[in-house]
Amino acid sequence: MKKRLAMMALGAALLAGPAMADLVFPSLSYRTGPYAPGGIPFADGYADYFTLLNERDGGIGGEKAKVIECETGYNTEKGVECYESTKGEGALVYQPLSTGITYQLIPKTAADGIPMHTMGYGRTSAANGKVFEWTFNYPTNYWYGASIAIKHILDLNGGDIKGKTIALLYHNSAYGKEPIRTLQELSKKHGFNLTLLPVDHPGQEQKSQWLQIRRERPDYVLMWGWGVMNQVAIQEAANINYPMDHFIGIWWSASENDVLPAGAAADGYKALAFHNVGKNFPIYDDIQKYVVDKGLAAGNGDQIGTVLYNRGLYAAMLAAEAAKTAQELHGTAQITPAMMRDGMEHLEMTPEKMEALGVPNFGPAFSVSCENHGGNGLGAVAQWDAKSKSWSLITDFMEPDQDVVQPLIEEDSAAYAAENNITPRCN
Amino acid sequence: MSADFYYGVEVFLNGLMAGVLYALVALGFVLIYKASGIFNYAQGVMALFAALTLASIIEGQVPFARLINATFGTEIHDFGWRVPVLLAIVLSIGVMVAFAWLVQRLVFRHLVGQAPIILFMATIGLAYFLEGFGDLMWGSEIKTLDIGIPQGGNRWIEEHSAFLGGDDFYGFFIDNLDIVAALVAAVLVAGLVAFAQYSKQGRAMRAVADDHQAALSVGISLDFIWVLVWSLAGFVALVAGVMWGAKSGVQFSLSLIALKALPVLMLGGFTSIPGAIVGGLIIGVGEKLFEYLVGAPYLGGATENWFAYVVALLFLVFRPQGLFGEKIIERV
Amino acid sequence: MFYREAGDFKTSYKADNQTFPIRFDRYRFYAVLAVAWLVIPFVINDYLANAILLPFLIYSIAAIGLNILTGFAGQVSLGTGGFMAVGAYSAYKLMTAFPDVNVLIHVVLAGFITAAVGAAFGLPSLRIKGFYLAVATLAAQFFLVWLFNKVAWFYNYSASGQINAPERTVLGVPVTGANTAPWAAYLVCLGFVTVAALIARNLTRGTLGRKWMAIRDMDIAAEIIGVNPLTAKLSAFAVSSFFVGVAGALFFAIYLGAVEVGEAFGIQKSFLVLFMVIIGGLGSIFGSFAGAAFLVTLPVVLKLVGVDLLGWPTDLVAHFQLVIIGALIMFFLIAEPHGLAQLWRVAKEKLRLWPFPH
Repeated sequence: MKKRLAMMALGAALLAGPAMADLVFPSLSYRTGPYAPGGIPFADGYADYFTLLNERDGGIGGEKAKVIECETGYNTEKGVECYESTKGEGALVYQPLSTGITYQLIPKTAADGIPMHTMGYGRTSAANGKVFEWTFNYPTNYWYGASIAIKHILDLNGGDIKGKTIALLYHNSAYGKEPIRTLQELSKKHGFNLTLLPVDHPGQEQKSQWLQIRRERPDYVLMWGWGVMNQVAIQEAANINYPMDHFIGIWWSASENDVLPAGAAADGYKALAFHNVGKNFPIYDDIQKYVVDKGLAAGNGDQIGTVLYNRGLYAAMLAAEAAKTAQELHGTAQITPAMMRDGMEHLEMTPEKMEALGVPNFGPAFSVSCENHGGNGLGAVAQWDAKSKSWSLITDFMEPDQDVVQPLIEEDSAAYAAENNITPRCN
Repeated sequence: MSADFYYGVEVFLNGLMAGVLYALVALGFVLIYKASGIFNYAQGVMALFAALTLASIIEGQVPFARLINATFGTEIHDFGWRVPVLLAIVLSIGVMVAFAWLVQRLVFRHLVGQAPIILFMATIGLAYFLEGFGDLMWGSEIKTLDIGIPQGGNRWIEEHSAFLGGDDFYGFFIDNLDIVAALVAAVLVAGLVAFAQYSKQGRAMRAVADDHQAALSVGISLDFIWVLVWSLAGFVALVAGVMWGAKSGVQFSLSLIALKALPVLMLGGFTSIPGAIVGGLIIGVGEKLFEYLVGAPYLGGATENWFAYVVALLFLVFRPQGLFGEKIIERV
Repeated sequence: MFYREAGDFKTSYKADNQTFPIRFDRYRFYAVLAVAWLVIPFVINDYLANAILLPFLIYSIAAIGLNILTGFAGQVSLGTGGFMAVGAYSAYKLMTAFPDVNVLIHVVLAGFITAAVGAAFGLPSLRIKGFYLAVATLAAQFFLVWLFNKVAWFYNYSASGQINAPERTVLGVPVTGANTAPWAAYLVCLGFVTVAALIARNLTRGTLGRKWMAIRDMDIAAEIIGVNPLTAKLSAFAVSSFFVGVAGALFFAIYLGAVEVGEAFGIQKSFLVLFMVIIGGLGSIFGSFAGAAFLVTLPVVLKLVGVDLLGWPTDLVAHFQLVIIGALIMFFLIAEPHGLAQLWRVAKEKLRLWPFPH
């Protein structure tokens, strides 16, 4: 049995063998499983942007970009298999799209010297580039997100939320527990009360939590949800007549999928965002012309312009820009993963640059450095309009409370460095 | 009485309602187990598949569109019409009956007389198959299922009970969807019982459940009865899928509702329809009350999942065959 | 022709009682061991190790463990994921609390801790039987996962509740953490698998195994002929949980390196291991390996064929994967309800007579 197995595996390894000269961007997507409705648009956007670059500009700096898609089903073990099978092909940067796979890959990518970009998810303290050499999470992360949500609430209340109650409804997993520390610190600073309401995976049954919200009437409810939990939570909030504009989700609870099932009742629901929404950008004309009309759109091609599609597009754009930066830095079009890391560490997104890319005011302006792998954490708030079935940003990109978040990042990354004997770099 | 007491009552009422939804899922298990001794792991996926079929038929989606497009390079998505809800329901039932027939014909007919664990395993294969097949047929995007079931708290109950508990009490919250689900479940159970008691096929079904060989010897076609039972289970799955899917949209996670039905089955017994209902109610009330009284205040919440199983376990220690299960008689 | 007993004479009871009484079987077993120990470590690479061999070996241990409980003692359990979590978290706590002790000792200790927990959750089996017991073990599954998610002590109060395996060495070679060479990780797992398979094989051939099988076949009858159901059932739970715990510890420390309890040790894991046992064949050590190999390699092979050879979109391949695995499970059960191990037995019977079947 084992012999046969080894032979089969050998064949497999041979198949996965040959390296390509193109710039390889693996896409660890999930188009199946419980989180497929979230994974599909992201993967489509990620693939379509690189197709656009290849078709319109002939690639990045003259080199074709190649997206290798690998289905993880949001499953850590499959994610590992995907990582191992694609890293031999010269992968430049990984976007694992799952907190579980991220934690898995942080030590692995560091050992293999391949950068990883976890955009708005993953391990928050990876923002500290001194400790996490190969992991990036710009432009923002969960702790900044928590701080921006509180900031938005402060703005609404004229800066004083003393004595108010804020409830956090969270997915009872590593992902959902991320903002708790930050919110506890913030509640000390601003004097609000924090109520924690965990929801177990998958989150179809939330009666208890929403009855508690109905009883205790918190002034605001924050949500860290994903998958079916989002849809049920928004429906239940509508059921108990909770004022929707006091209900703020994280950016993973912010897609059309989450609000559409609740219909008109979801009107006014708010969610955080770190990039713009809608398809009102010049780049979408190009996507139509070079990708869709040529029949090259990824997936069904029916996700274009949704929030998560935009996020995939934005991730691809940041990766492509980092690759360009790396090409300029090292003066070669054929970059290696190590050069890619340099490119990411020198990435700078300015309003002019975004304008030139056909996405004016699409994301916040930020810059990355050797010490700072997290950008500056700017985020905005979007609101759902059920009549026109569209999201719109209702605030500018706001600065989070660095005084609170920064020490937490330092503390957590120092713990990681101590655990793994890492000497801080960038000195 | 203080507001706390009435909130406790409210939690109790909502527990009952949640229990009805659990019972709906459990019913499908019981039907099949009773008639054929198969513990049907695929029941949750059947609910997903049925709801997915219904939602897609309503939207006029072309089956296997993604596959056809990928193979032939075409660009088709839907027929461009919307099917009326009633017709769509009839069509979905048709699909579930066809499915039942195929399952019986191709799989379980060849496995008659095997050990229960083998049959169980076959249903796991079926679950895998159906999950992939459903995705291929209708796509894995989330679908909105709007067939006109009212949702949201019932304002009338809320207003007319608000006086009970003073200023801190806002009236009982009961979801309209839950009320509808309870009514539907009542009609469904009444219908099933009437069918089983008074129709010819229903009596044949009970005869098969009692003793396969005796039923066979009086001329009942086992094949037909099993197709009938699987069709009924498919129909129950459709109802459960619609009720759960109305809340969350139709998506993969719908198949996980099977897990909510397992403690109900344990408690009520695998072979009893009233058991599924009573078990569902006990589990619903038990887990909600525990979360309200102990879980949320002292244990940090999210205790419902395991508490349901612990309740069932405690009952089982005293009645190993479940509340209403047939007494297990063992002879050497 | 090749596979036969003729001329294979035994002159002592010892020879007659050995694990593989047929000479051909014995040589085949040695050959497999030789390839596994002496050939594969030299050809192994990251992909082979992490995508196929490590999960295969680790799931084999878990499947052997569950097979002892379900296949030999007849107690269906759906708590495997929870017990693997116990193994993983005990290994983590031990590794971080006693960094100087060899990690292999931690893994074994984690197995013993799991055995104790498993025996405790096995108590209801004295009253509850069949599918009722299966569902009752789900209580263990859900409770343990909740516990490890809730109590911060288990994950050393880390911010997100993930546990990470720190780097530990055996004889100066790192076997956990990111700098582990694939052959080192492979050899550690292979060592545990070899020992586990030998122990399981010999336990099930001995007094204890016979007691378990008596309980499985009819527990009341077994009680009448003097098998104590209390010790038999609880020992089955303990031994089974020991293997499952070791598998969980290896799964965390060597294979994944970082886990989150709900994701890695959820209910799907319990089902997955049960599928392996049933597909492989209940009551067969070989079946545990076959089942693990089937469910670990088949998806990878299907993916490679679909995506890399045929160039289909990944989502279609993933959907077809489910359809094909489901159809194959049903097909195998119809063709041979007693699993891959039975197919293997039938093949051996045929081989004995080959090429002269009459």
